[in-house]
Amino acid sequence: MTSIPLFHVLILSSLLFVIGFIGVVARKNTLFMLMSLEVMLNAVGVAFIGAGSVWQQADGQVMFILILTLAAAEVAVGLALLIRMQKKYRSLDIDALNQMKG
Amino acid sequence: MNVLLASLPFYPFVSFLLLIFFGKRLSWRLAATISVSSMAISALVSAILLFELSVTKNQVMTANLWHWFELSYAMGSSDVNVRFYLDGLSAVMISVVTGVGFLIHLFAAIYMKSDVNFSRFMAYMNLFIVAMLILVLADNLVLLYLGWEGVGLCSFLLIGFWYQEQSNVLAARKAFIVTRIGDTSMAIGLLLLFNSFGQLNIEAVTLLAEQANSLSAGTNAESADNIYWIALLLLGGAVGKSAQLPLQTWLPDAMAGPTPVSALIHAATMVTAGVYLIARMHGIFLLAPEVMNYVAWLGALTLLLAGIAALAQTDIKRVLAYSTMSQIGYMMLALGAGAWTAGVFHLMTHAFFKALLFLTAGAVIYALHHQQNLFKMGGLLKKLPFESSLFIIGLICLMALPGTSGFFSKEAIIAQLWSSDTAGPMLWWCAILGALLTSIYSCRLFFLGFLGKARFNENVQLKKSSLLRTSLIILALLSLFGGLIPLDLTLVFSSVMNLPLAQLTEPTWLHTVAIITPFIGMVFSWFYFKSYRISHLAGKEHILQPNNGRFVVFCRQGLGFDGLYKKLFIMPYQWLAQINKNDIFDQIIMLNAWYVGLWHDALVLVQNGSLRWYLAAFGLAIMLLLGVSLL
Repeated sequence: MTSIPLFHVLILSSLLFVIGFIGVVARKNTLFMLMSLEVMLNAVGVAFIGAGSVWQQADGQVMFILILTLAAAEVAVGLALLIRMQKKYRSLDIDALNQMKG
Repeated sequence: MNVLLASLPFYPFVSFLLLIFFGKRLSWRLAATISVSSMAISALVSAILLFELSVTKNQVMTANLWHWFELSYAMGSSDVNVRFYLDGLSAVMISVVTGVGFLIHLFAAIYMKSDVNFSRFMAYMNLFIVAMLILVLADNLVLLYLGWEGVGLCSFLLIGFWYQEQSNVLAARKAFIVTRIGDTSMAIGLLLLFNSFGQLNIEAVTLLAEQANSLSAGTNAESADNIYWIALLLLGGAVGKSAQLPLQTWLPDAMAGPTPVSALIHAATMVTAGVYLIARMHGIFLLAPEVMNYVAWLGALTLLLAGIAALAQTDIKRVLAYSTMSQIGYMMLALGAGAWTAGVFHLMTHAFFKALLFLTAGAVIYALHHQQNLFKMGGLLKKLPFESSLFIIGLICLMALPGTSGFFSKEAIIAQLWSSDTAGPMLWWCAILGALLTSIYSCRLFFLGFLGKARFNENVQLKKSSLLRTSLIILALLSLFGGLIPLDLTLVFSSVMNLPLAQLTEPTWLHTVAIITPFIGMVFSWFYFKSYRISHLAGKEHILQPNNGRFVVFCRQGLGFDGLYKKLFIMPYQWLAQINKNDIFDQIIMLNAWYVGLWHDALVLVQNGSLRWYLAAFGLAIMLLLGVSLL
């Protein structure tokens, strides 16, 4: 079994992170923003797994499980908010929520 | 520590406090009793003090009330105490202030009886007496300045006492502002004095000045220059307060106040404060003979100017105001000539007869239903014989007919002018001309107001009050016989004796001329103002009108000084105010606000409420930070 170099893992992770970030910034639909957030979380997870296997430590995988739980909780709260938003504004456009401007 | 001396200003002060706080609830009787009796006590205490002073050894009494503060500067420090100092000079002043003040309060209590704000009036009058006593008793120049400003304030309050009329308010404001110019000059003079002597204590300054005088050869040019400026600046203060040229314009307008105020403040006491100041600081003035010369010339010019202006007035009080100005001119002339005692003596006698003149004028004005125009009077000698005879007494004192108090003091001044170092024959002739003018305008006033046929329709209303008459009679007696009061101020003005004796010999005819002058004026006006005197004979009473020629109107308005000052100072100031309506200095300050506002606007743009925008900025910032830390 050939080991994958850490560098490649990190490139994959940063690519995923940037894709996710662009998704969050560029999409107007809040549902897609939440999905892009998941992509970003998974990018971080890939980085942890890769680092854990390079240093032969279980901490990386423990961390990933933590992120997974966090993502599940976040999605639960986020989807609940989405439903409220849909009820109130009849749209999922994030730019409709700009009453907090200075 | 003399308790009587220390307590002297507190009797009127207590009365002032009572009247100002409980004035609305006090009846006329109670308010009048409080204010007049406090003045009576003051007058009594002054009399006792005068007696005590005459038996003390060096004729000086002091009372230290409390330590006020400490003035420090580069070379050390000196204490400023609330400390009263009574010597011959201040004794004259306190007896005038409390004595004449008491009589005027007595008069005012009855004269102002029907006024709604009677207690406020009496409170201000009492406060004035307090300030004036502090002024004359002060042991140092700081305390003197406190009293100086205090009398200015009371003058302002009392001129504008009937504040419902705009002209009164304007007169009050004018008096306040014009005297303030003099006060500012005096304040600068005091600072300069402190800077060069390190002292503001009058005794100490006089002592230092005397030392400097005795070694005058050793004083360097710089300190002589300093003393010249100090004397000039102090003279500025005196000129403002005493309504001398060039700050004389406020006094005629100040006649807008009630007549007792004119008598007390603008004739007898406050306007002579300038004379007192110069007499008090004579040590400094002796070191600056040029300034003494200026004092004499200012006095002489004011004397002539006011005499000419008085000739053209139609208002009885304004005639008296200009006459006050010219009499103070005499005092200034005396001070400038080094005739200190004569000047102070004239201050005292003038206080007597001018208070008498003003009060009788007030009684006359009241009797004629507040008519002040001389051309609407006439024939008062028959209608108001009592007031008229008192007025005559006042006038003969003013004209300095032999035997009256005015004669003694004015002759004392004139006699010393010719041979004085700082005056001379020119000023002597000015004084004689002034005396001539005085007698002419006095006769004109008398003929217009009291002789001829009555030119008014209403009946005269009389205040038959024995108290009022008593106060007038006492003043008349003082005016007649006040010249006999022996006034020995040689201890106060001892340093004067060091002056070199004059070389000028006096011609023998001097005194004869001086005594005859008023009579010449009387004879002249007897013929010249014939139409005023016998208007009833020729049936001219309908056409007796003031001469309204251009020159006469010019003189009536005080020889154009008001117009000149308006053009020179008021209009440029208003022009500046006009062009600087938006306040250029304020705009500079407002730049700060504009700068803050700019940042506010910029940051509001950033805070646009859009979540995606925030995220992008967040990401950008992290990238920047990472980039910076990596590089």
